[in-house]
Amino acid sequence: MPAGSGSAARGAPGGVPRVVVVTGVSRFIGAHVAARLAVDPRVARVIGLDAAAPPPDLAALLGDVDVIRVDPGSGTSVLADLGAEAVVHLAVAAQADPGAGGRAVQKELNVIGTMQVLAACQQAARLRKLVLRSSTAAYGASFRDPAVFTEETEPRELPRGGFARDILDIEGYLRGFRRRRPDVTATVLRFAPLIGPRADTTLSRYFSRPVVPTVLGRDPRLQFVHSDDALEVLHRAVIEEHPGTFNVAGAGVLTLSQAIRRAGRLAMPVIEPGLSATAALGANVGLRSFGLDQLDLFVHGRVVDTTRLVTEFGFTPRTTAEAFDEFIRGQGEATRVLDTERLARAEQAVLAGIRQVREAVREHAGQDRESARERARQVRGAAREHPGQVRAGREGS
Amino acid sequence: MSAGGFAVPPPEDAGDLERPARRNGHPVPPPAEPAVPDRPGDAWDRRVAAGLAFLRQRLSGQYEVDEFGFDRELTERVFQPALSRIFHGWFRTEVTGAAHLPAGGPALIVGNHSGTLALDALMLSVAVHEHTDPGRHLRLLGADLVFRMPFVSELARKSGGTVACNPDAERLMCGGELVGVFPEGFKGVGKHFSQRYKLQRFGRGGFVSAALRTGTPIIPAAIVGAEEIYPMLADIKPLARLLGAPYFPVTPTFPALGPLGLIPLPSKWLIEFGEPIRTADLVDSADDPLVVFNLADQVRETIQQTLHRLLERRPDPFAK
Repeated sequence: MPAGSGSAARGAPGGVPRVVVVTGVSRFIGAHVAARLAVDPRVARVIGLDAAAPPPDLAALLGDVDVIRVDPGSGTSVLADLGAEAVVHLAVAAQADPGAGGRAVQKELNVIGTMQVLAACQQAARLRKLVLRSSTAAYGASFRDPAVFTEETEPRELPRGGFARDILDIEGYLRGFRRRRPDVTATVLRFAPLIGPRADTTLSRYFSRPVVPTVLGRDPRLQFVHSDDALEVLHRAVIEEHPGTFNVAGAGVLTLSQAIRRAGRLAMPVIEPGLSATAALGANVGLRSFGLDQLDLFVHGRVVDTTRLVTEFGFTPRTTAEAFDEFIRGQGEATRVLDTERLARAEQAVLAGIRQVREAVREHAGQDRESARERARQVRGAAREHPGQVRAGREGS
Repeated sequence: MSAGGFAVPPPEDAGDLERPARRNGHPVPPPAEPAVPDRPGDAWDRRVAAGLAFLRQRLSGQYEVDEFGFDRELTERVFQPALSRIFHGWFRTEVTGAAHLPAGGPALIVGNHSGTLALDALMLSVAVHEHTDPGRHLRLLGADLVFRMPFVSELARKSGGTVACNPDAERLMCGGELVGVFPEGFKGVGKHFSQRYKLQRFGRGGFVSAALRTGTPIIPAAIVGAEEIYPMLADIKPLARLLGAPYFPVTPTFPALGPLGLIPLPSKWLIEFGEPIRTADLVDSADDPLVVFNLADQVRETIQQTLHRLLERRPDPFAK
């Protein structure tokens, strides 16, 4: 993978692209990126491409964006016709939607969709910039993995999850594109799982259940990136020049058990073979957000080094703990099963109980001691009154 | 060691900002105040209150974990006190050469491995923690088998361990940590009792190149006593293959006595830290196999000789 440390001044001076095409505007991140670019005065025109129409709440954001519906498989000349100078490829689905074709449709969108976008990019003569949304799932999942992945780490084992495999394919295609169009600045952003009060993601759905399934005997290290920070990084990748591959994650780590406790949820540990079977069956059994991708994550955990992002972009995302705290606050206190106040009350009750018991024991022991002392006094008193008798008694015994 | 369920040392303030998790931007957790004010002068009451406050803080997730999964609070308040009892009470461990342990900055501690179950790694971490001020934590590098096993992998990570690979070793050393490694690996732990205190092959010397690349001094550590805790009389290889384990040990008590066979024999332990081997001027030779092998040999020889010397000091393995 090419190193990401290119000079920021590379490319044309004042290299802000005037015509930007954003794919995947029917999804949260695509719609928000397009809307942000549309209000940036340096960008003249933002075009949103998607096979599906944006849902009403996202369509409201896209007032200044020209949304074009393209069918997958329609020609590859659309980008050249639009005169795109930058393409932000966000039409990558992290999770299969059982209601809309499941894994087959997800793979179609991710792999075939990316191939088509890249083919179109290759023919777009005016294109100068390509920003690709990737994922830290690109590092695979292996027990021999280092604890922290840098951008140079190669996956040691092919991951089980479909999305992770798609990501590896997508990055493979991008390497080919880089060879064929070296004049285009290609930025690959490997995002940690997105979380935030606004974003509806696999993990946010997972953490909003009162009881969350975990893998028995595993407590993976997790990292999140705040959805607003993800948008900021994507925006900068379009406006500024940052060729290369970058990890995008909040610094620091939360373990899954810690995250569940902070969210006030209850963990339900399940043995791994059971979960694998559930996940492999298509997971339409009430655990919609539990596929093999999640299973890989929840067995192995995933932590990345973000030094390159911070130095090259000059931007530090919120830490994982901060992003998660904001997400929890967005969820509202009412949804918590275990909250800190209830815990404090329980602690107080237990402590008070222990004190009462000890007090009772002490009183009882005190009474015993008191009565023993009383008896001793009586005996001593008797001895003083009848010394001979007591001595005689002692000798007798 | 104090009596009672939890030993609760006072929270240390020194070096608070140096904590990796703190650097990672975790919010500062509120101090573990007991919810009910305690009765002055009642030590037992204070201990209960502090234990409950600790439990509450754990249950609400208000603690820090570094990027390797090291849970300092859990290690200092639960793991170390428990291991320390075994260290002193069961194995009567004596430590020499602790002055060679640096008060700050990185070092790679290389030890001999033995004992069927790798208790020597845990005892070495107690020795390091108790003989540095403030108590430093040995970051152990473990075989990937350790991280394959559920529960065990999480205990290893929470107590500061990680997978033995160069990226992790170098990252820890660059972060100024004390890193512990046992280059013999399973060849050392799973050797026959008759081979006791004979150092096995040191593999490729990956630990040396990691130390060279980061200019970290290497401290040889000789551990006497671990060989006798589970004397391995035979290795049932087919059973080991069936279970996917590197060996299946037969000791005088295992598997004959079942779970009772898991109680280690109370041997007398001696741990000696040797003089640090400086590597700062060899940084350029990290990929020179000759330098790496020579240095690995030097470390191995030092440990072997120290073992012989320590064994003379301890003629009876089960001495007081």
